[in-house]
Amino acid sequence: MKLPIYMDNHATTPMDPRVLEAMLPYLREDFGNAASRNHAFGWKAEAAVEEARKQVAALIGASDKEIVFTSGATESDNLAIKGVVEFYKEKGDHIITLKTEHKAVLDTCKRLERVRQERLDELKMLRLMQLTGAPVSRDDLATLAIKHDLDNDAVYRQWAELPTGGARVTYLDVEKDGRVDLKKLEAAMTDKTILVSIMLANNEIGTVQPIAEIGRLCRARGILFHCDAVQGIGKVPFHVEEMQVDLASISAHKMYGPKGVGALYVRRKPRVRIAPIIDGGGHERGMRSGTLNVASIVGFGHAAKIAREEMADEAVRLTRLRERLRKGIVEQLDMVTVNGSQEHRLPGNLNISFAYVEGEALMMAIKDVAVSSGSACTSASLEPSYVLRACGVEEELAHSSIRFGLGRFNTEEEVDFVIKLMVDKVNRLREMSPLYEMAKEGIDLKSIEWTAH
Amino acid sequence: MAYSDKVIDHYENPRNVGTLDKADPNVGTGLVGAPACGDVMRLQLKISDDGIIEDARFKTFGCGSAIASSSLVSEWVKGKTVDEALTISNKDVARELALPPVKIHCSVLAEDAIKAAIDDFKKKREARRQQQSA
Repeated sequence: MKLPIYMDNHATTPMDPRVLEAMLPYLREDFGNAASRNHAFGWKAEAAVEEARKQVAALIGASDKEIVFTSGATESDNLAIKGVVEFYKEKGDHIITLKTEHKAVLDTCKRLERVRQERLDELKMLRLMQLTGAPVSRDDLATLAIKHDLDNDAVYRQWAELPTGGARVTYLDVEKDGRVDLKKLEAAMTDKTILVSIMLANNEIGTVQPIAEIGRLCRARGILFHCDAVQGIGKVPFHVEEMQVDLASISAHKMYGPKGVGALYVRRKPRVRIAPIIDGGGHERGMRSGTLNVASIVGFGHAAKIAREEMADEAVRLTRLRERLRKGIVEQLDMVTVNGSQEHRLPGNLNISFAYVEGEALMMAIKDVAVSSGSACTSASLEPSYVLRACGVEEELAHSSIRFGLGRFNTEEEVDFVIKLMVDKVNRLREMSPLYEMAKEGIDLKSIEWTAH
Repeated sequence: MAYSDKVIDHYENPRNVGTLDKADPNVGTGLVGAPACGDVMRLQLKISDDGIIEDARFKTFGCGSAIASSSLVSEWVKGKTVDEALTISNKDVARELALPPVKIHCSVLAEDAIKAAIDDFKKKREARRQQQSA
């Protein structure tokens, strides 16, 4: 067994050696530009890209014409959400998403809210200029808006209904297990709702959402459904026809392919239109310009092919490994909580809170195993996981959580090593924890007046 | 986050972990931080009647820097007078451990823990004096 052990497969996965083999010719002799229509180098590159497109499409039950290659799922999420908002702005401007979505979705939504607010401010200034006959500065906007009662001004209200290019966003709460309540989702839909964006599986707690039910709700109301499928794809079944998904984001490096390449599935029937966010040579049917990353796309396609063939067996193996890890830890340590749904869960995900031990200190103690205390994208901040907070996990417990992401190359031997390491180190840190001592003495930690800082 | 060798050393071999008798009139206990913020430090000092810190024990819930900061101050205060211990500032701790900017907070907590422990000791002594004079 080689140390350190990698158990952070939600952050990224190692490339499968078979994927690398498939890529190598396109980094060496077959280096052509897939857009070069006038010679053999271009034709070969184009053929390789089209083969990969079929492989990616097959993994999700789509047609190859519905796959748009991007630089990764963050770009796919941006393209899907901004693309729909821009294209359908005459139809409505309301988006529904979950508080537990990835930052690539949440921050895109927040930007669209800011765009709308800025546009409304401009309209307010314009209207105030009409009313006062003088230029209005941004600093005076708030005071003047109240003075002239803009909220009840018929002209301004009419203007405010015009498309802004931004969006209004509803961020739905999730249940304790991290799943969306379909009734709450339905209740949030309005006649202005153009898009619902909900992930297939959560990157921190592994909770799998009821995608087919969400798809049905959206389709019945003519609302587009975007699914950030990154964490679940190739691990749990995902079929765009059966689930009535209209747009789906996929990333190669979360399924043993290379980094820097992803795709957006864009439905053809019924047709979904999106405005591009990158303009240029009109590649990818105008939806995503830029010379195709041929070798990486080939690797992506190969990774998709392997995932499709091996997913069923691999899910069984990973579930067994994860359960071994869970039982080993839970049976030997007191005061631990498993976060997320037990039933609707990614096979390789285990998210556990170890009460009275701080997550970062614990990760430092187990440096022989690579895990994370949240998503890799937020580990630069000291805030406890917003995903755990949205699931109702208390802040102190959210600080004590570790995410294990088991993957294709983890073994039973590694799991057993990690169990022993976790038990040893948690016990050691608890020996050092004043909170654990107090809890053991029966002191109610909530009764203590903590010094805020 | 890359830590200095000193942080790692204190984290892996923490000095003076443990508990002193809270009821001892010569023991001052400082409990600072909050579980919700992710760090709680408890520093206990055994102080002689002439104001010399004879022993120190700590327990900390927090990240590696928090553990290292409390371990370091538990060493520093030993043998010092109460007044000398009160001059230890968070800047000294942060400099000694080469804490990254986001972890300066841990050194502030360590400084607060010393103050809180000494404050507790002084309160205890004051209470005893009032009892004796009553």
